[in-house]
Amino acid sequence: MSTSIDSTLPRSELLTMLRTMKLIRRFEERSAEHYGRGNIGGFLHLYIGEEAVAVGVISPLRDDDKIVTHYRDHGHALARGMDTAACMAELFGKSTGVSGGKGGSMHFFDVEKGFMGGHAIVGGQLPLAVGLAFANRYRGEDSLVVCFLGDGAVNEGEFHESMNLASLWNLPVLFLLENNGFGMGTRVERASAQPVIHRLADRHNVRSHREENGQDVFAVREAALDAIEYIRDGNGPYFLEVMTYRFRGHSMADPIEYRQQHEVEPWLELDPIKLLSDRLLANDLTTADEINAIDEDVENEVNEAIQFALESPFPKPDELYSDIYA
Amino acid sequence: MAQLTYRDAIRAGLEEALRSNPEVFIMGEDVGAYGGSYAVTKGFMEEYGEERIIDTPIAESGFVGTGIGAAIAGMSPIVEIMTINFSLLAMDQIVHIAAKARYMSGGQISVPIVIRTVSGGGNMLAATHSQSLEGWYARVPGLKVVTPSNAADALGLLRSAVADPNPVMFVEHSLLYGSRSEVPDEHYTIPFGSARVARSGADVSIIAYLRRVPISLQAAELLEDDGIDAEVIDLRTLLPLDTQTFIDSVHKTNRAVVVEETWEFGGFAGEVIAQINEKAFDSLDGPALRVGGANVPTPYSRPLELLTIPTPEMVADKVRSLF
Repeated sequence: MSTSIDSTLPRSELLTMLRTMKLIRRFEERSAEHYGRGNIGGFLHLYIGEEAVAVGVISPLRDDDKIVTHYRDHGHALARGMDTAACMAELFGKSTGVSGGKGGSMHFFDVEKGFMGGHAIVGGQLPLAVGLAFANRYRGEDSLVVCFLGDGAVNEGEFHESMNLASLWNLPVLFLLENNGFGMGTRVERASAQPVIHRLADRHNVRSHREENGQDVFAVREAALDAIEYIRDGNGPYFLEVMTYRFRGHSMADPIEYRQQHEVEPWLELDPIKLLSDRLLANDLTTADEINAIDEDVENEVNEAIQFALESPFPKPDELYSDIYA
Repeated sequence: MAQLTYRDAIRAGLEEALRSNPEVFIMGEDVGAYGGSYAVTKGFMEEYGEERIIDTPIAESGFVGTGIGAAIAGMSPIVEIMTINFSLLAMDQIVHIAAKARYMSGGQISVPIVIRTVSGGGNMLAATHSQSLEGWYARVPGLKVVTPSNAADALGLLRSAVADPNPVMFVEHSLLYGSRSEVPDEHYTIPFGSARVARSGADVSIIAYLRRVPISLQAAELLEDDGIDAEVIDLRTLLPLDTQTFIDSVHKTNRAVVVEETWEFGGFAGEVIAQINEKAFDSLDGPALRVGGANVPTPYSRPLELLTIPTPEMVADKVRSLF
């Protein structure tokens, strides 16, 4: 893995990327803790290990771009700059949450930020992304839509329908496949006849690329920038497959009996946060003290978020019937 | 007043929408070059252009979801699903995204889409092309389900559908397109949740929607020979459901028969009867009854198919059993 640094980025931005990845990590570690305490219920799908993908892809986006994603959505939300406390409050089911406590972990929304939802039916978010991009093109806007999907989604019909439509109509969608090797507990090789997934894009005449170094935030960012430029130039959709790894189970309920520790350990060595901080240190772009300060700052932010979530009220019973219709 | 067909009334409503708002577009299978499989959008592509009258691949989930996405972006899509049978392929998008995005986002999102589709049997199209599934969608909070039985209602309800900021399933019946009725010349709309007394009567309330309304009106005529004065209520929309109109009617007539085309078992008529039991039980002189379709996959062969769909005679017989 490269030890050089993307020199086009100012130091402050490099540190921001590191901080965001650390924020995602701590947000989720503490979420898991509060899941154990019973403050968070339902499913909690952690993104730990995949932080370089969210930050690498989302950091170069414009404010008017939109994001649609799947149920493992905390990392994308925080990378987009959604309010940490409101995200935590959503996990706690509080009325101050990003979705008013009605969506939970799998359904974060922030329309102001162009974050058009975590969607929990596998593949269901893809046509939605196509429709948002359709509106962009119809209106002559040059913003784009990033649609995150997992490797499990590509065997759904909606994947193929959406790729075909986006290609047929030349729509500005970045299909961003986070290939973490497993659809829940089923390995890609046991689910996909074509395990080199990005090749499926050929079927729909969609330009594609597989980024092997998905734990390297710079590599992800470079690949995303290429895709973004291609789309903004009016070439239609792009399919970017990023190879990454889910350090934790599918959800908190997952005993992870389908993979061996000897498989996991090499991936743990490729911790995207450690890789980035080591490279920043090796290139004299930061110091151990500065990293400690970031850690402290992140810890404070997450603590405040938890405090906010704990102190926030639950939705009132009359909110049960609000927001069904506009 | 002009005599319009159901088809032309819907065409008029669509054209009005296309002319009044450049962000209205029509999308669906064969809506453009072919002109729509029921010729509702014939000539539209030439008139409004391919950018707004959009032929799609056969990919119901894909293009319905695309419409939903465009609606979430603030546009006003009118998406046509060729028949309600094919809507099952788009049910994930309709039920999981269109109906729930507003609620799950804590009210941040609205989904102003109109999904037009065609229901009903009686065309010898066998089991996969003859279903009436609108009652399924009427069980989903977040959707609205509209079921016009005649041209005037179709236009008035379509205007309301286009103006509504919520996802609306606008369900047409394949055997109504050629039916004619008086349509007012002046602009009017019909609000959702307002049932119509299609025929006033004193002795029994026949409650129906879509094509079972004209069938029920024919039944009412048959019943005149028995000295039974039937009232016919057209629900017009299943969700929201106007319960007050049929409850008032049952208070007056003391008898109720609910008619629908779909399978009788577990149908929407059961919901109407439950409402009557809850709100008008003391007014009933006998059980609230229903007439639905046979609980079978629709057969192709004509004599068999005819046994599956409620006829005026079947409705009249059911009413007679209450006297």
